[in-house]
Amino acid sequence: MAVSVATTLTVLGVLVGGWELYRWIWITAGWTWPFIVDDTSMPHIHTIVQALFRRPTSGVGDVLVIQLFHAALFTAKEAVVGFAIGASVGFLLGVVMSEWRVLQRGFLPYVVASQTVPILAVAPIVVVYLGSLNVAAWFSVAVIAAYLTFFPVAINTLRGLQSTDRRAVELMHAFAANRWRVLWKLRVPAALPFIFSALRVAATASIVGAIIGEAPSSIQDGLGGYIVNFNQYYTLNPQNLWATNIVAALLGISFFLVVVGAEKIVVRRAPEHIA
Amino acid sequence: MSVVEIKELTKRFERGNVVALQDIELAIEPGEFVSLIGPSGCGKSTLLRIIGDLIKPSSGTVTVNGKPAPRARADHDYGIVFQDSVLFDWRTVAKNVALPLEMLGWDRARRKERVDEMMTLVELQGFGDHHPWQLSGGMQMRVAIARALAFAPALLLMDEPFGALDEMTRERLNMELLRIWDASKSTVVFVTHSIAEAVFLSTRVVVMSPRPGRIADIVGIDLPYPRGAQTREEPRYFELVTQVREALHLGSDLDQVPVQ
Repeated sequence: MAVSVATTLTVLGVLVGGWELYRWIWITAGWTWPFIVDDTSMPHIHTIVQALFRRPTSGVGDVLVIQLFHAALFTAKEAVVGFAIGASVGFLLGVVMSEWRVLQRGFLPYVVASQTVPILAVAPIVVVYLGSLNVAAWFSVAVIAAYLTFFPVAINTLRGLQSTDRRAVELMHAFAANRWRVLWKLRVPAALPFIFSALRVAATASIVGAIIGEAPSSIQDGLGGYIVNFNQYYTLNPQNLWATNIVAALLGISFFLVVVGAEKIVVRRAPEHIA
Repeated sequence: MSVVEIKELTKRFERGNVVALQDIELAIEPGEFVSLIGPSGCGKSTLLRIIGDLIKPSSGTVTVNGKPAPRARADHDYGIVFQDSVLFDWRTVAKNVALPLEMLGWDRARRKERVDEMMTLVELQGFGDHHPWQLSGGMQMRVAIARALAFAPALLLMDEPFGALDEMTRERLNMELLRIWDASKSTVVFVTHSIAEAVFLSTRVVVMSPRPGRIADIVGIDLPYPRGAQTREEPRYFELVTQVREALHLGSDLDQVPVQ
């Protein structure tokens, strides 16, 4: 534990140091490749941190970090609901495709194709459709997040279910286990490491999906709203956007760690099998 | 009534048009310990799987406990042990042993009682809460045997169960297996490619030859039970080992080519 805290702090120190060093070298040398380095493109780390604790210029409201914290909670709600929907749909699709080969041939191309459509094109359609059904706007965002998360879960569930040890299947047949039993007592538990590695990817993807989905939904309460807003004023206050990025990253990392924690509890494997 | 009765059995694999087994006739009586021995590709594992209805024969009949093999499998008439223990990593040892009992719909209390009995039988008391990866290879194999015998099947099928273990562990488990066989009163069909193991364990050794897989000879083993470490030093044991070896070599075409 102490070691991992020390490692984290060291990595953090190297990143901050690297950022400042890069800034200093490029500015002093006057280098312009690959981009011009100045206070707009790369603000000082300390100005970013200061921005987090500054009150709004209007004088009303909390310091930025508190506002961003509330925004992060709002985005997290969308992301978690989206993650739950996406993971469930992905898991069911994986099971259906693995149990019925015909459906796999039918579904898989569309599952893959769904991810080649840019999320920015899908998001407004989802918002308009669900909006016409009087669904709350945040739920539309959750659906957009689900759209990004179901894919890795579906693909990895399929792969996990199909990589079951052949002799274990034979053993289940020897016990006269029916297909349902083979699925629940063997294939699904055996696929859990695959499913969890997809869930880790899905956890971060759901945050990205929620943030992207907030823009076309005109939601102001989440991190996406802040990012759109700060983006417009980037030349004036670049540190605000950077500060928001840091909070968004922290949110993604927290969600990722929650999934890793759940995996540690659920997946009981030989130590060398845990990635 | 024979526990296993095989008549005019032939197995042809469509892929590659290989005749894996040809004209197999074999009857195994209650309480027997029959080993199937032969070089790789003689179809001994295939024969075991056909008895267990895990592979369908191309022609011929297989009955287990007087029933067609598929019926016997559905009725849980046999237990099976593979070369790898094939334990489920996500289950504790006790839950691995309980797996077939869950299939039979036994309730928790009854399962626990039987699992305790089986753990005592294979001398793994106190390891129930361990996970399989925390056990040695020999212990894992004992768990696999306990699992196969959990619902007290009349027939135990074993496919090279000790093939992956070192010689010392193997010899110890051979003795363990004889004790378990005696205690459980089951009939065993045992696939191996070790002559010593086959002779030491069996009441009869079925010697098979490859391409196509046939029964070359059946050697009755008249060594008295209980057998122990001293059995391996008796002259009769060596005679029988020699007899099985010669039957194996006669059955294999490759060995009929004289050495220049």
